[in-house]
This record gives sequence, C-alpha cells and structure tokens, in this order.
Amino acid sequence: MRIVSCLLRMIALATLLALQPGVASAQGADEAFTRLGADSFSDTNRAIELLIVNAHPQAAAIIEALAAGRLLAGAGAVVIKTTDGKILDARTGSALAAEPAGLAPVRLNNGVRRTIQGALGGLGLLNPDPAKRISAAEAVFKSRDVALLPVLEGAIAKETDAKAKAALRQAQAAILVAKSDAPPFDRIAAIDVLRERGDQDALATLRSLPADSSPALKEAQGRAVSAIEGKLALWRAGQNLWYGLSLGSVLLLAAIGLAITFGVMGVINMAHGEMVMLGAYTTFIVQEVIRTRFPGLFDYSLLIAVPLAFMVAGLVGIAIERGVIRFLYGRPLETLLATWGISLILQQAVRTAFGPTNREVGAPNFMSGAVEIGQLAITWNRLWIIVFAGLVFAALLAILKLTPIGLQMRAVTQNRRMASAMGIRTGRVDALTFGLGSGVAGLAGVALSQIDNVSPNLGQSYIIDSFMVVVFGGVGNLWGTLISAMTLGVANKLLEPYAGAVLGKIALLVFIILFIQKRPRGLFALKGRAVEA
Amino acid sequence: MSVNTTRRVILGAALAGATVLGSWLPASAQETIKVGILHSLSGTMAISETTLKDVMLMLIDEQNKKGGVLGKKLEAVVVDPASNWPLFAEKARELITKDKVSAVFGCWTSVSRKSVLPVFKELNSILFYPVQYEGEESERNVFYTGAAPNQQAIPAVDYLAKEEKVQRWVLAGTDYVYPRTTNKILEAYLKSKGVKQEDILINYTPFGHSDWQTIVSDIKKFGTAGKKTAVVSTINGDANVPFYKELGNQGIKATDIPVVAFSVGEEELAGIDTKPLLGHLAAWNYFQSVKTPENDAFIKQWKAYKKNDKAVTNDPMEAHVIGFAMWVKAVEKAKSFDPDKVIDALPGIEAPNLTGGISKMLPNHHITKPVLIGEIKADGQFDVVSKTGLVAGDAWSKELDGSKDLVGDWVEKKCGNFNVKTGKCGGA
Repeated sequence: MRIVSCLLRMIALATLLALQPGVASAQGADEAFTRLGADSFSDTNRAIELLIVNAHPQAAAIIEALAAGRLLAGAGAVVIKTTDGKILDARTGSALAAEPAGLAPVRLNNGVRRTIQGALGGLGLLNPDPAKRISAAEAVFKSRDVALLPVLEGAIAKETDAKAKAALRQAQAAILVAKSDAPPFDRIAAIDVLRERGDQDALATLRSLPADSSPALKEAQGRAVSAIEGKLALWRAGQNLWYGLSLGSVLLLAAIGLAITFGVMGVINMAHGEMVMLGAYTTFIVQEVIRTRFPGLFDYSLLIAVPLAFMVAGLVGIAIERGVIRFLYGRPLETLLATWGISLILQQAVRTAFGPTNREVGAPNFMSGAVEIGQLAITWNRLWIIVFAGLVFAALLAILKLTPIGLQMRAVTQNRRMASAMGIRTGRVDALTFGLGSGVAGLAGVALSQIDNVSPNLGQSYIIDSFMVVVFGGVGNLWGTLISAMTLGVANKLLEPYAGAVLGKIALLVFIILFIQKRPRGLFALKGRAVEA
Repeated sequence: MSVNTTRRVILGAALAGATVLGSWLPASAQETIKVGILHSLSGTMAISETTLKDVMLMLIDEQNKKGGVLGKKLEAVVVDPASNWPLFAEKARELITKDKVSAVFGCWTSVSRKSVLPVFKELNSILFYPVQYEGEESERNVFYTGAAPNQQAIPAVDYLAKEEKVQRWVLAGTDYVYPRTTNKILEAYLKSKGVKQEDILINYTPFGHSDWQTIVSDIKKFGTAGKKTAVVSTINGDANVPFYKELGNQGIKATDIPVVAFSVGEEELAGIDTKPLLGHLAAWNYFQSVKTPENDAFIKQWKAYKKNDKAVTNDPMEAHVIGFAMWVKAVEKAKSFDPDKVIDALPGIEAPNLTGGISKMLPNHHITKPVLIGEIKADGQFDVVSKTGLVAGDAWSKELDGSKDLVGDWVEKKCGNFNVKTGKCGGA
C-alpha cells in the first residue's frame, strides 16, 4: 500500500511536471531500465516509480506492455514485444531488427500488478478516450490516494463526458472521505456521492472512514451505510432468486432426460449420468477438432456440439436399450443393477480413452464474463444455460405432444398391449424413447461442460439430484419435472446463505423424504389407469 | 450414500480380478524385492493417484537400471484400491501377506490412510504417505513425506499477512477431515496473531460442489468491509474447477481478493482456462516451474517416461521421489529389508528434494521441506513468488490446545504422542 501511495504522489508530481521538460533526469530513467532487468519484484516496483517520476516519454507504453506480459528484459536490454510480433526498444520506441538474446518476460506478482493498476490509473486520467478515463477513475477509486486529488480536480473541471465525470467525481469522493484534513462540508458531500453510487465498493470505501472523524461526519456515514445496506439487501434477495433459477435450470437439464426414461418408461437408469458425461466429452472433442483445424469457428463450437452430443448419447442409449434393458422390462431391481454396471463400464472406458484428468472445454466469447444489472451480476454462461434449458424443455414437450412418434410413445407407456394391438411396433418405440431420453442427457452434457468439470466422474454428481427432481415432480410428468427442478433450485439457493451449502442440501433432502411420505406420487401425480397397471 | 457404497463394492469386486492379472510380473527369475504401490487407478481419486503410480514405476525402473538395492532387483506390485476406503485396507493386507512387499508407497486421502493404518501396525510393514495432510498423527509404521500444516498452511497465511497486508480471512473448504482440521489450526493461529472473530469467515461445502454462485458472492460481500481480504482454500479435487470458473465469471481478481489454495496443483489447473485466475496463489513444497538442475532432470525424465511432452509434475510426485530415495538409503544403511531395521534406520536419513535443498527424515517420521508460494500464470504453471528455508514438519500442531504439548519421537522416546508436560507417552 505504501509503495502505491508513494508512487501516486509521484504521478501527481510528474503530471504537474510534465509541462516542464528538462526537469526529468536521464540518469533516473537509466536506473529504471537496469532495475527492470534485475528479476526482482521490488526492483520492478521501483522501476515503475522511476519511469513515472522522470516522466519518461515511453512510460505509458512500457507499463502497458509490462501489464500484458510483453515487456522483455535481460542483461542490458529492455524491449517491448508488440501484439503483432514486432520488437521495439523500450527506451526509444524505435523498432529493432531482431530480438536480443537472453531476454525473459519481466515477472509480475500481485504487488506489482497493483502498482501497475495505480500507475495506469494516474496516467489515464487525462487520456483522450473517455472509456480509458473511466477505467482510470475506477483504478483511482480503489487505490484512493490523496496525491491524485489535484489531478482529479483538474480532470473533473475539463471533463465533458457525463459518465466519465461521474466516475471521476466518485474517485474524488473516495479520496475525500478518508482525508481527515479536507473541509468537513466537502467530505459530507463526498459521502453523498458514494451513497449515490450505492454498490459494494462504495460500502467498503465508506466503512474505511477513519475512526477519529467528527460526529457529524460519522452520522452521515452511518446513514449512508445503512441506506446502501438496505438497498443491497433487496438486490441480494433478487440475486438469490436468480441463482436459484440458474441452479434449477441445471437440475432441469440433468433431470429431463431421466423424466423420459424413468418417468415415462419406468426404467431405473443409473447410467443416465454417464449419458450427460458422454455429451460433455463430445463437446470436448468438437472443440479439439475446431481448435486444431478450424480455429475461426470456435465461437460456434457449442452449436455444432449440440446435435452431435444428442446423436452420440442417443445412439449409445439405443444400444443400451436394445442390448440390455429390453430383456429386463418389469424387473426394476435387475435393471437397476445392470444399468449400474453399464455406468461403471462407461466411466472406466472414458477414463481409459481420455485419461483420468479433467479436460478443458473453453467458453465461447458470448458465454464469458458477466453483465451488471443494477447490483446484480448476471454471468452470461448461466443466462444461456437457462435459455437452453427452456428450449430443450419446449422441444421435448412438442415432440411428445405434437409428433406421431410422441403419440406412439405416450400410447406405449400408457398401455403397452393395447398399443401393440393397434399396430404400434412397441419394441421400436421403446428404443426410440430411450434414445430420446439419453440424447437429451447428452444435450445437458454440452451445457454442463461450461460450468462443471469434464471428467469421467461428471455424471455421478448429477444422478442423485436428477432422481430427486423426477421423483419430487411426479413420475411421468414433464411439467412436474420443470416445476420441481425450479422449486428445488430456488429453495436450495434461498436456504444456502442461512444454513450453508452442506446443511442446506440435507434440509432439502429431509423435506423431500417427508413430502414423499405425504404424497408418494410427487407434486403432480399422473391420473388414470396407467398408474395402476 | 448406501447407493454409493454398493457401487464401490461392485466396482472393487470387478477390479480385484483385473488387478491380479495386471500385477507387475517379474522379468527375470532372479530373486527380487517387492515394493507395493497402493494408489487408486479407478474411481473418483484416480484423477490424482494414477500419476503417483506411474512415478513410482519410473523410480523403481531407474533404481533397477542402477543395479537395484543391496544387489537385488526391485519389483513393483501395483494394486488398485479403486477409491474405496475399506478396499484400501484389504489391498494393503494382500500386499503385505500375499506379495510380501518390503515397503508400500500409497494412499492420497486421509481416510484411506486411516483405513490402512491398523493393517500396517498389525503386520508391521512400512507405508510412505506422499500427500499434504492435516497432521495430528505420528505412527511408527508410517513415514509422512507430504506437508504437515506448519509446512504449508501457516507459511501461506504468513505470506498473505506480510506481503498482501491481508486483515480479513475467508477459510473455505470441502467438508471433511483435512479442511476442518486445517481451518481449526488456522483459526487458532490467526486469533493468536490478533485477528478478530468477525474478520474470519469459515465456509464448508460438500464434495464435488458445483454451484458456487452464492458462496462466491458471499466472499465478495465479505470483502467490502474496508479491509484487505483473502480466501484460504482447502477445497478439494474436482470442486476447484467450478469454483475458479465462478471467481473468473464474477470478476474477482487476485489484486482485489487473492485466493491461496492448498490442494490446487498443476494437475488440477489442467482443466481450466487460467487467464482469469492470474495471480491467485497456491502453497506447496514443490512447483514444476522451479528452476534447479535436479528438477529439470526429473521433468525431462518424466516427460520421456510418459512419452508426452505436456506431462506435468506436482508436489505429491516430488514427495514420492524423496520418500523412495530415503527408503533406498535406509535399506542400504540397515543392510537389510527387514521392516524393523529399516524403520529404525530411516530417521536422520537425508535425500535431495527437487527444489535445491536436502530433506531429512525426522524422529517424528515427517520430513523437512521448503515452503513455496506460487502465483498462477496464464499457461497453467506457477510463478514462485516466495520460498522459505527448510521447515521441519510438526506431527502435532502447536496451535491446538489438545496437541500443543505432544511430540512424536520414534528414536529416543519410541512414542508417537509423547506429552512433554506430563512426561508420559499416550497423548494428553
């Protein structure tokens, strides 16, 4: 912290001195370049200070390259490697013909990274690009150094962009709140600015008000803190709800295939989780192929993986049904054991083929990062998974309700012999139904590869949750599965902040056990003769 | 859970047959000395333990090329306990009584170690245990080559407090014995350093936890108290990948809230895009990126053995390298493979570690090793930012009331839990 503060004081000084060339000493800059080559974090920190205090013309370029790991240093030479592979001499900015031998990238640790952040913040306050000024103001907001106050005031006076002006004002307020010799009136105004900002960073800044402040100031701070806390509490409730929906959509994806094989067909399929795993591994293979052959298609890798994962898992499902399960209809215990065996075989096969370690499935650009809505951070991958779960659910419902094969599936599961008498080839329908359920599990695998490990154990962690969802929702009812997944997801996430992850899960299990005692057929029991049969 | 147990029994039964067939068969008819390797090759722990089996095979192979030990060739006996804790005990018994191994290298989780412990005591054999663990144990038949809490957790916390000026602590872990004990030790240690109760947040999650949204946002909230905050993570195995993904997605940067992990190594990072994790930390006694001649040679040998240029090395592998070298030296010193003689010969034996020092086996059956703090780099490796001198492993934590008076001393006191206050063997 002290290094940063000292450094920022120098930035302020340097910015003021920048208009008076000739003050900077070439000697200091020389020392900076020697220190950059010393491979020590404290030397690197000092080098950044020296560059700034001497107002070296290349300071901004060097520090930016350092932050990006593109600054190479070694015995006597410091060079910048540009993003397009050119080598520039760091001292002069002129291009070099070849990279001098024996150079290594200058190493960073968190301390150096913070120094860089502060330095770039100080340097960026007068940047012509408003977006850069805003991020510089954010950096100053976090580092809160008094030395930058004059620079900030100058920047605010000149600022024309409304957003940048607000950011600069907030940075100024963050400094003023902690500055005990500032006029009390300014400090109270600063507290109001922070209260206006109203996020967690503002709260952190307000809480760092020195303990020896005047009572009036403390009172204003207390009011601002409780106002922000009240607002944040509301946002947190919304956030928990969002997390719940997101968990619910994951549960729905994992369970919906099972709702077909277990719910509609009545097969206790312990290998369901492994179908999910196969889908995830298909995604991995698709990405590998794209990475090596068609790197330009990477953002579409998941879209390409979706039909492939459906087919791979679906075909394996059909093979399992035709090879094993069809001989075991009506014998649930044997089905359970047989599918269990299959799940172990599949796991070990994948382990042998791909190795026991996790495989990396990258996130395409549109699924990385988060968007802030008020104080709610919504991560793109979760949002897309909710959308995807909704689409899969709708498609499945449409297949069952609107297509001839869906009609046949419902007919066979409701009354096999009657359906057979009507000329439906029940064997074929069984295989297709099981294939559909497995294929949907494969789709879940594509989505889960974005948030979980792609490892041979992927399926295991979802199988119990999936059964829980289907049983709670009512066997044989897709809508029940939807509502049950969402209920369990939201309940889990609302419980978690109070009970913790472990207890929350236990509480939910106990609740389901009690619920099943009361309503053995789940939330939405299927009515009709099928159930009694 | 009963579902899981039954599954494991079936798995175990199925694999028992396979492993008998797969046991390492001797190439020559000459009398060999057998070394047992007890690492899971299937089930959830296979991800971590398979490489340890490979590294042992490589070490034994290399020793044989040098002429074996005491003029006899070594022969590895590999069994697969399939991540099933009771099966570990069965397999250990099989190794000792049926295969008559001279020593066993194995186990990863503490539960598996506790499960085989009675077997090793009853049949009087030797186990080398290569993984960092919670301490509070010193057994005559076990040699702990991984880190005790004072060789990993406490130096890491010291680093954060000193270098990052951390004042608020989140202790996040998976809900089982290692994180719970480690966090208990850390909590006591932090309080002894003047950290207040309200500045410590302890959080446990189930095994394989995959939905980290709530916890990560809790951490974010905890970090807004106006004091520098850090997370000390004892989150185990697979749960790390979604945890780090969520940190990256919610934009928690190492410069704001650094996370220091005790169970995340090169192997675990292989499954994640590490760019958002730049600067988060891990504490170990070894990193692949350490530049020493010993380590360069080892990495080269390992890559050649695996025939894979991307093969990574990690801390427990180094522990096996040290443990195996110590066992060979002890056997040569004792001029015998007899467990009693080797156990007596081991304390005091020195062997080079891969980070440029010489580790020594202590009377409490733990070893001395340096503590390294590494920051995650964009390529999934660690950049060492801090390295201590050799630290002696404490079998019993000095921070806990129940164990601060205990020492393990198998040389003079012949006791694993000698109470220095009462002067008696047998704990508090």
